[in-house]
Amino acid sequence: MARIYMGKRKMLGKHVLLIVLCCIYLIPLYSLTLAAFRPGRDLLRYGITLKTLIPTDLHLETFRGLFTIRDGIYFTWFGNSVVLMLIQTVLALFFSSFVAYGLSVYQFKGRKIVTTLVIFLMLVPIQILILPLYKLMITINLIDTFFGVFLPMIVSPFAIFFFKQYIDGIPRDLIDAGRIDGLSEYGIYFRIVMPIMPPAFSAMAIFMSMQSWNNFLWPLIVLRSGTKFTLPIGLNTLLTPYASGYDLLIIGALAATLPIIIVFIFFQRYFISGLTSGGVKG
Amino acid sequence: MSAKRIHTSMQIAPYVFILPFIASFLIFYLYPIISTFIMGFQQVYPGQVEFIGLQNYQKLNNPEFKVALFNSFRYTVYTIALLIPIPLFLSVLLNSGNRNMNTVYRSILYIPSLVSIVVAGTIMRLLFASSTKSIVNTLVVFFGGEARQWLLAGPSQAMILLLVLALWRWVGVNIIYFLSGLQSIPEELYEAADIDGASSFQKLKRITIPLLKPTTIFVTTISIFGGFAMFEESFILWAGKPSPNNVGLTMVGHLYNKGFQEGEMGMASAIGIILLIIVFSLSLTFLKMFGFFENEGRR
Repeated sequence: MARIYMGKRKMLGKHVLLIVLCCIYLIPLYSLTLAAFRPGRDLLRYGITLKTLIPTDLHLETFRGLFTIRDGIYFTWFGNSVVLMLIQTVLALFFSSFVAYGLSVYQFKGRKIVTTLVIFLMLVPIQILILPLYKLMITINLIDTFFGVFLPMIVSPFAIFFFKQYIDGIPRDLIDAGRIDGLSEYGIYFRIVMPIMPPAFSAMAIFMSMQSWNNFLWPLIVLRSGTKFTLPIGLNTLLTPYASGYDLLIIGALAATLPIIIVFIFFQRYFISGLTSGGVKG
Repeated sequence: MSAKRIHTSMQIAPYVFILPFIASFLIFYLYPIISTFIMGFQQVYPGQVEFIGLQNYQKLNNPEFKVALFNSFRYTVYTIALLIPIPLFLSVLLNSGNRNMNTVYRSILYIPSLVSIVVAGTIMRLLFASSTKSIVNTLVVFFGGEARQWLLAGPSQAMILLLVLALWRWVGVNIIYFLSGLQSIPEELYEAADIDGASSFQKLKRITIPLLKPTTIFVTTISIFGGFAMFEESFILWAGKPSPNNVGLTMVGHLYNKGFQEGEMGMASAIGIILLIIVFSLSLTFLKMFGFFENEGRR
């Protein structure tokens, strides 16, 4: 009996600890939500105060700012983010899985070197390459274009590694059967392998879309004109010491964040498998 | 299709499959790395370059670079010191008991990592605002401290801010890594330990922590990588402006300032090369400990 009692007390301790921790972790987003419906000038002067956390005196008209401030440029940014996210994710899924298939299925000269290279490149911080990449983009005239933003991202070493692990697990008999049926090597990839990859695709799709949606440093360097900005770049320009900027910044930050959280709540499983199955082999 | 044609196509196909990677590698990795390496020995003026040997590296022997290196190093060490034990402990808690509640806790702790750094940094700026009424200052005063201008006060305050931001964003992600590591530990080990009358602490020390070593090394590696590559956090916290006395300056920040603001491409490249060497040598050391490369060769 004593042991069971101890167990219950420990359990209670665990829940108290985690509930308190979760509340603390929710404060930033909770306060963002409430701050979004308050005037920007108070925020600029006092920051988020205890009063911000009490849900009274909310001004729903701040929401209108999304449409009216600077002629509704917010939705231009939002649209740009969506378009870039779709293009980048689709291309990255296709090219990365294509390469992964080649590395997983064939024995060829150079296979080991290329595989090692993929792993090495995961360790190269893109941040140190921004300068020469920027010069390259100037040379090939891709500054201030969407192409410039997504082109360096569409063959992702991480995604190749992830897909390779997945394809390694596909029975080789399936591929040989395709050959016997007279499919070409590419036909096997498109007709047999791709159709059984949706679980891997959806996990990586979520991961890649998130990366694209929140990507900051590279688009900051490539994009120049306000009408081409993505959400993070646009919001960043509003971090000025003027209240008018804050009016759009806060409600805009909320409107950029909520969709992701909603998607997360419905597709949690994929978020988590995208994170783990490629990385740790326990 | 004849047997011979199948054979040739099987010999060519792998190269077609890896072609996108080779192209991307040459254009977006190899060329920039080589170009950085060369620029590190050059003084780059608009329209012309001059070879100046190691001068860029010698010029880095200045207080600003040292602050940047020190800040990045300190940030990396502190994030590892915080972002391994805390998520490890929490994942052990989350691995036992009521499954539904655990999922809820895990999700709430994970959500901050989905928030754009611009949004996260902005909220932090507002929570830590200079006014005495801001929520952090209110709490500090309530517990008998002194209200501060967190972003301007000094190196320790700046580091606290950066670490709070890192803790908020990354605890949930590391919990997921540790949970997936925990799930690969066979249940029988704990049952055997129970029969031997081991305490929870003994089980943690003798079974959980040693068997989580691969995960711990993996998380350490990505923390080294993320720590030295950190830039966006301080860029947003100080709203794109230099922080007072460079309290928030990091290696990548220094590279960005030199390359994009001051037009010192050569020096920026030298910083890039040093950063690459640091990240590479540290990560490779850890990955070797992880046994990553042996695993690769086995198939």
